[in-house]
Amino acid sequence: MTVTVLLFASYADSLGARSMHFDMPQGATVADVLGRIRALPGADHLPSEPLMAVNERYARGTRVLEAGDEVAIIPPVAGG
Amino acid sequence: MRTAIVDTPINAAALMAEVARHSNGATVLFVGTVRDLNDGRAVNGMEYTAYRSMAEREMADIAREAATRFGTTDIVVEHRIGVLELGEASVVIAVAHAHRGEAYDASRYVIEQLKQRVPIWKLEQYVDGSREWVHAGRGKGEAGRVGKGSEGRGTPDLEYQAAEEAPL
Repeated sequence: MTVTVLLFASYADSLGARSMHFDMPQGATVADVLGRIRALPGADHLPSEPLMAVNERYARGTRVLEAGDEVAIIPPVAGG
Repeated sequence: MRTAIVDTPINAAALMAEVARHSNGATVLFVGTVRDLNDGRAVNGMEYTAYRSMAEREMADIAREAATRFGTTDIVVEHRIGVLELGEASVVIAVAHAHRGEAYDASRYVIEQLKQRVPIWKLEQYVDGSREWVHAGRGKGEAGRVGKGSEGRGTPDLEYQAAEEAPL
């Protein structure tokens, strides 16, 4: 199944992309997707436990994904 | 109740008018503006970016929570994204309530939650020409290149709880 990963701000700069697509096995979790991203150049700037979201909601690493899910890695927010 | 991410200057007076109602005895208007100094560095502008759809969703959640907690639906919040100059408003929160205590509390709740949960980032532009992402100091093992920013007072580590326990 394919999942979309969104990157923002400093994470997008580090990894050189704002979105990516990954083909993941059924049952894959948010943590599994993060593991795939960690293998990419520039990923050493990610913290050990970045905030993650699935379909616009904060989610834990154990969250099981479905085809078409939109996973986001959320840098520390700085609104206001 | 209304919340929005906007690309154009925010009209604070219009937001205040939007929450006006004869049953309200108190209106609190919070205006967050771009300031000229951060972490001892001279700043001459700020570029805000957002995960727009999620940011709008989180802002709507926060307004609903404030409504439930403090007993007013007269809450309007706008956060601007894009390039802002010094002194321009990045966020405006208008809250009205029958009484001032709840109006102040609801306004404070909205801005504190917004700063903790809403996926918005700012790229600070310094007078010396350099630019840096402002990070509010969360993230275990955050890489050193990430500027801690003047907001680095240690953001409470409760994003997950806030998101998952939020009443809908």
